[in-house]
Amino acid sequence: MSVWDFIITNAPALAIAVPLLGAFLTPLIYRAGRKTALIWVLSVLSFTEFLALLLVYLVNTYGIQVYVFGGNPSTLVIPPDSRGIPIRIIFTVDGMSAFTALISSTIGLVAGIYSVASEKGRGAQDKFFALLLLLVVGMMGMALTGDIFNFFVFLEINSLSAAALVSYRIHGGKAVEAAFKYAVVSSIGALMILFAIAILYGEYDALNMAMIAERMYQTGFSTMDIIAMALIVVTLAMKCGAVPMHYWVPDGYGEAPGEISAMIMVASQASLYGLFRMCFTVFGLSANTHSLGWFLIILGLLSMFIGVTMAFLQHDIKRLMAYHSVSQTGYMLLGVGVGLATLGTSAFNQYGLFAMEGGIFHILNNMLYKGLLFLTAGAIIYRVGTSDLNKMGGLAHSMKFTAIFYLIGALAIAGIPPFNGFVSKLMIYESVYQLNPFLAVVAAIVSMLTLASFLKVFHSAFMGPKLYNVKEVPKSMLIAMGILSFFIVLFGIFPNIAMTYLVAPAAHALADPVGYITRVLGGGP
Amino acid sequence: MMSKIVRTQANFLYPFILIFGFYIVAHGHLTPGGGFQGGAVIATGIALVIVAYGYDRIKSWIKKSTLTATESIGLLCFILTAFIGIGTSFFYNFLANSGLLFGDRVSYGVNPGYLNTAGTLPIMNLAVGIEVLGGLGAILMYMMSYGKEVDK
Repeated sequence: MSVWDFIITNAPALAIAVPLLGAFLTPLIYRAGRKTALIWVLSVLSFTEFLALLLVYLVNTYGIQVYVFGGNPSTLVIPPDSRGIPIRIIFTVDGMSAFTALISSTIGLVAGIYSVASEKGRGAQDKFFALLLLLVVGMMGMALTGDIFNFFVFLEINSLSAAALVSYRIHGGKAVEAAFKYAVVSSIGALMILFAIAILYGEYDALNMAMIAERMYQTGFSTMDIIAMALIVVTLAMKCGAVPMHYWVPDGYGEAPGEISAMIMVASQASLYGLFRMCFTVFGLSANTHSLGWFLIILGLLSMFIGVTMAFLQHDIKRLMAYHSVSQTGYMLLGVGVGLATLGTSAFNQYGLFAMEGGIFHILNNMLYKGLLFLTAGAIIYRVGTSDLNKMGGLAHSMKFTAIFYLIGALAIAGIPPFNGFVSKLMIYESVYQLNPFLAVVAAIVSMLTLASFLKVFHSAFMGPKLYNVKEVPKSMLIAMGILSFFIVLFGIFPNIAMTYLVAPAAHALADPVGYITRVLGGGP
Repeated sequence: MMSKIVRTQANFLYPFILIFGFYIVAHGHLTPGGGFQGGAVIATGIALVIVAYGYDRIKSWIKKSTLTATESIGLLCFILTAFIGIGTSFFYNFLANSGLLFGDRVSYGVNPGYLNTAGTLPIMNLAVGIEVLGGLGAILMYMMSYGKEVDK
């Protein structure tokens, strides 16, 4: 068996095993010097990115990939002596999983490149990079796993490493307080998920998502299932920062270093993935998807509107952007919620699937432009030393590239045509309009308010007389911002690339719970 | 540093706590407990000597950097054991029923529990035990190092 065959066979496992090994080795390698450790971390992140791309390719070419941990062979889902229950931890990679894994590893790689310069000279960097890799592991694991308890474990890895990274710049205790808040909120959420898992396990004797979904469909949707579903949906909506549960977002995103804000933003998208996976695959066949979909739509509307109006009041650049991430999450909830509300009806093929594609495309676009905006905010703070917009001004005189990158990100998030935000927002407007015109009106108004808010930031940070005598940020930070800007423009001009290879397979995979269950339980190719 | 009575008690108890902790780690695949619980018990031994002798004397006996390195090595042992089986699949239990280390077969039915079974599970328990003893020990050492500052 050649190396290439080996990688292809084990790709789903390697996608978490490689960053995990990288994280555990980083503190030891860091003893040999910072440069060696950076080369190690960046090569691990690049290899993870390659594996995520490989997973996308494999899923698009051969369909859903199943990997059984410790199985002999690794495709043996149901061992002959297990009475028909998939007992081992099983990774099930469909289009949506591969999509989420790709955005997770991409933001990890970009944040790694960015932190080469931005964290230079700070203490405890061995732990910083180990935690960064662990955060990538948490996101990838949540995306790839097909086991509900394993999902909880990766959610915990995700929360704990993110909380530790938020506190990395102590900032007079403020960052530690934000991290503590995040850790407490995540732990309470994790306990609720654990309770829901216990309910499902007690009822169906299985932890595999496909098995639970199948048995739930056979025995009917019980009251206990409703409790489990409510616990899971509310907790994951809290973890992705939807509005009534968004209170941790401004603190957490606001106090973290720039590249970590970008990563936590994507980590919350991984929770969003978990929310969609539970709603569609686990509960999609049995529950009333119409009301569940409307629940997501209402959460989305609230998040969009309250997020953007709260952003207007902020004069701290990072907190402002954090409220905008709440607002952007609303678009994804709206798009996919419309898909869920129409699932199984004729309206689904008319506009529901299109709305889902819009919502999922928005996840990708949000990762690109929101990540870019957080990185530019980090660059400004790196040079100016304050995150207060009232104290900034005239930075475009000296930080030309940062200003251009900021402008690209700001126009993209506001949905201005040559950039990627326009495409996904247009898809969402066109499709949700057909369910209820009011939804599209709110979405369009929020988009305008977003533009106004970001122009305000551009004006107060970059325009005006030269206040600070600063240099442009170091190269590695510019490279990181440049990578994201390149893809923003690329997906703005050629959205078909992302649509064909990433978004459409993801939307179809979510909309087809039966295919997922048959692939896991029924064997086949 | 506490009184002579406490120090004598600590000297007496310390080896027993360590042995009990390692017993829980080693029998993780047979009895309740396992790597994490056993490692935590071992770390309480470290806590006992820190309390009895005070941080100032302990810090020359137990180094923080050694404990963090122990933590990394434990984690590495765990993931490398998982990687060795990757020829079949990640986390494959290549030692079970092989007749080698921890490789004895267990017959069906009630038995008192045989230590030399279960393949890679005891190895992973040991790795987790090493990791937890390093991690919790390091946490204790860092907490005590701040406690000293407050004292003054």
